[in-house]
Amino acid sequence: MTLNLFYFLSFVAIFSALLVVFSKSPVYSVLYLIITFFSIAGHYVILNAQFLAIVHIIVYAGAIMVLFLYVIMLLNLNKESEPHKSNLIKFAAAICSGLLMIVLVGSLKGTEMLVQQAPSDIGLVKNLGKVLFTDFLLPFEIASILLLAAMVGAVMLGKSEKSGDNKINVKQ
Amino acid sequence: MIPIDYYLWLSAALFTIGVFGVLFRRNAIIIFMCIELMLNAVNLIMVAFSNYLNDAAGQVFVFFIMAVAAAEVAVGLAILIVMYRNTQTTDINVLNRLKW
Repeated sequence: MTLNLFYFLSFVAIFSALLVVFSKSPVYSVLYLIITFFSIAGHYVILNAQFLAIVHIIVYAGAIMVLFLYVIMLLNLNKESEPHKSNLIKFAAAICSGLLMIVLVGSLKGTEMLVQQAPSDIGLVKNLGKVLFTDFLLPFEIASILLLAAMVGAVMLGKSEKSGDNKINVKQ
Repeated sequence: MIPIDYYLWLSAALFTIGVFGVLFRRNAIIIFMCIELMLNAVNLIMVAFSNYLNDAAGQVFVFFIMAVAAAEVAVGLAILIVMYRNTQTTDINVLNRLKW
């Protein structure tokens, strides 16, 4: 039962990840990426990481993907605007990623011996919060500084160049 | 119970699809999405090992990766908007002034 669920979620994740790469319109890519994220959240639930699954859905499908859709809407990119690619580049990309896949498979072989520990409830918010606020307190605080810096940087980049006028300044 | 190597293969496949998308597409927004895909493959493998080794540190690392990914997307999309404002395109072949 769990194995069948794993196969189903893996199929959905890989299939929609391929469609992210191959779909013509960026809007469809975003929607397929949302499907991929939901199936990865399903994997988290199988792996007893319930809180992380909820956080994953909220952060990725709720925040990051909305940001992507908003930017695509702002840039008016829903038409196919990609120029022709040479077949050499496509071929080289396929060869390179295929070689990377071979390297990854070769280096990850031999992990079948790993035995699973007794399942516990480390994925619940109580245990994760205890670890986060004792062992990882300094990285947690530094992450807040990182988010503040990212927010300031995004606002600084996103505002128009002359701060006085309201029109968007378009250089040709 | 699912063996851990199944998760390793799944993560390797997702990571490879992300790398392929970065190399294959010319649109900067799609390249961003493929980078998100690679980050998620790493997150999945970390959660799998955290579950199998019964250690909560892997899941805490996933939190930090999510925070970094959110910051990266915010700044990256702002850069993309500035780039579109200046060049009217999101094609990365246009941005070749630093190439040679």
